[in-house]
Amino acid sequence: MTPVKCFLGALALAFASLASAKTIELLNVSYDPTREFYAEFNKAFAAHWQAQTGDTVVVKQSHGGSGKQARSVIDGLQADVVTLALGEDVDALHERAKLIPADWQTRLPKNSAPYTSTIVFLVRAGNPKKIKDWDDLVKPGVAVITPNPKTSGGARWNYLAAWEYARRQAGGDDAKAKDFIKRLFKNVPVLDSGARGSTTTFVQRGVGDVLLAWENEAYLARKEFGQDKFEIVVPALSILAEPSVTVVDQVAKKKGTEVVARAYLDYLYSDAGQDIAGRHFYRPTGVAAVAKYAGVFPKLQLFTIDEAFGGWAKATKAHFLDNGSFDQIYLTK
Amino acid sequence: MSFLRRERSVLPGFGLSLGFTLFYLGLIVLIPLSAAFIKTAGMSWDEFVAAVWSPRVIASYRLSFLASFAAASVNAVFGLLVAWVLVRYPFPGKRIVDALVDLPFALPTAVAGIALSAIYSKNGWVGQWLEPHGLKIAYTEIGVFLALTFIGLPFVVRTLQPVLEELEPELEEASASLGANRWQTVTRVILPELLPPLITGFALAFARALGEYGSVVFISGNMPMRTEITPLLIITKLEQYDYHGATALAVVMLVASFCLLLVINLLQKWSRRYYRV
Repeated sequence: MTPVKCFLGALALAFASLASAKTIELLNVSYDPTREFYAEFNKAFAAHWQAQTGDTVVVKQSHGGSGKQARSVIDGLQADVVTLALGEDVDALHERAKLIPADWQTRLPKNSAPYTSTIVFLVRAGNPKKIKDWDDLVKPGVAVITPNPKTSGGARWNYLAAWEYARRQAGGDDAKAKDFIKRLFKNVPVLDSGARGSTTTFVQRGVGDVLLAWENEAYLARKEFGQDKFEIVVPALSILAEPSVTVVDQVAKKKGTEVVARAYLDYLYSDAGQDIAGRHFYRPTGVAAVAKYAGVFPKLQLFTIDEAFGGWAKATKAHFLDNGSFDQIYLTK
Repeated sequence: MSFLRRERSVLPGFGLSLGFTLFYLGLIVLIPLSAAFIKTAGMSWDEFVAAVWSPRVIASYRLSFLASFAAASVNAVFGLLVAWVLVRYPFPGKRIVDALVDLPFALPTAVAGIALSAIYSKNGWVGQWLEPHGLKIAYTEIGVFLALTFIGLPFVVRTLQPVLEELEPELEEASASLGANRWQTVTRVILPELLPPLITGFALAFARALGEYGSVVFISGNMPMRTEITPLLIITKLEQYDYHGATALAVVMLVASFCLLLVINLLQKWSRRYYRV
């Protein structure tokens, strides 16, 4: 199946390059809430690339749950670059299909995360349930909306942030954290499969008192649906989400797009790219953009997955695989 | 149709058409299905059992089979009513109503799911009146049942319609003139004729509901142990790169559906013989 697809893809590409030698097509396979950001970034990059080389770049985007997207690439979707919600999904490209080398994360600055984000709470106007921090989420009568951590990258960040919060409380340990998570998920009436689905449930269907959301998604929801309808509550502690990007070497090599694919990702780190990220409520990492958007992003204590959980591989095994902690909280009554 | 079947031995091209039929079925149906079995064969027995018999999976079987059964049953009753009205009574706008029945066939199921959850959630057109009375539909088992009923309706109606059209009103008149009351006419004359297609329609709606994914995930809320359907668990396993576990679940669904359909077919055969003699 895959070789045939590859062959057809290569054939199509060969014809395309014959027809107009100067049009390059890139496919960026990304996760759910980056649609608007990459729509703008792609235009900026195309202009930048044309000015520099004279070639036209058309970047196609594909969005969906991060895990599902990674699986599509493993199964043969011809992505030149992936920009996924978590490093783990990018790791899978190496582990399951050897599409990228093991050391992919060291190839680009900042752990291959050109922009970061975190998990915040979106509540209804006036914050009627007085939600301030994580421990308010487990109170009886509070309905919490989060996607399913089995299928959603964003939901895994939510879950781990809540877990770590509980563990850092006085006398906290893994057992206490598990109990906290269990009480939290007792308050969850709907588990959508992706972050966008949860936003829709909370914003459009009016279900729930608080949405655990990507910071950028929360800002976007407010922007789209009215500043007066929702408020963002920033907890005292949250997780530093590092959505990772990489060139899919095997695909780019075959398509002959390595140079432009690499330039595409480098451009994410440029001042222009960082500025667009900031405008779409991703926390920039470049010095100039950080300074420019300092007023936008509230300060809070952030921890990384490596510090708290020893990296994704360990966290996934302990919490999200079959019989991980997430399965257990639903089994024990 | 039955004319063709009876005469087929003298028609030319039997070998060719049978060969094509087998090839076509093999290509479209059997090869993908056997892939599921082959993939599952790579698992050890313990792995297989662990994948298909964990409490969460069992809860999903229960919901999938019960909700599908309930939806198909409701469709059998009301689908019969719809088919009866469409065949027996002339009324203005009949063609439009007739076309409406096919909509669940044509509508992408995800659209149906989103529409249903929009209507039945607590700020939706219907949901806002029901929730204050404590009746929650969206994000509960009832929502799953509702979505499955929606997609199953045309199967019952479209199977019954041609048979009803063949069923002449004279039959009922004869029954009445021979002294049967209305109830007897319905139960002794009409229903026996309609039972076989009704069972077929039920089976189709049931099978369709078992495999349904698109519309249900939007309205079910996907709560583990409560509102997860088996196809959702299959997708979940795929997303965790657990291809074996996913195909194992698929195999269980396949075998169970096959057995159920077999039983239903036997039942249909029996009902035909029982009533026709």
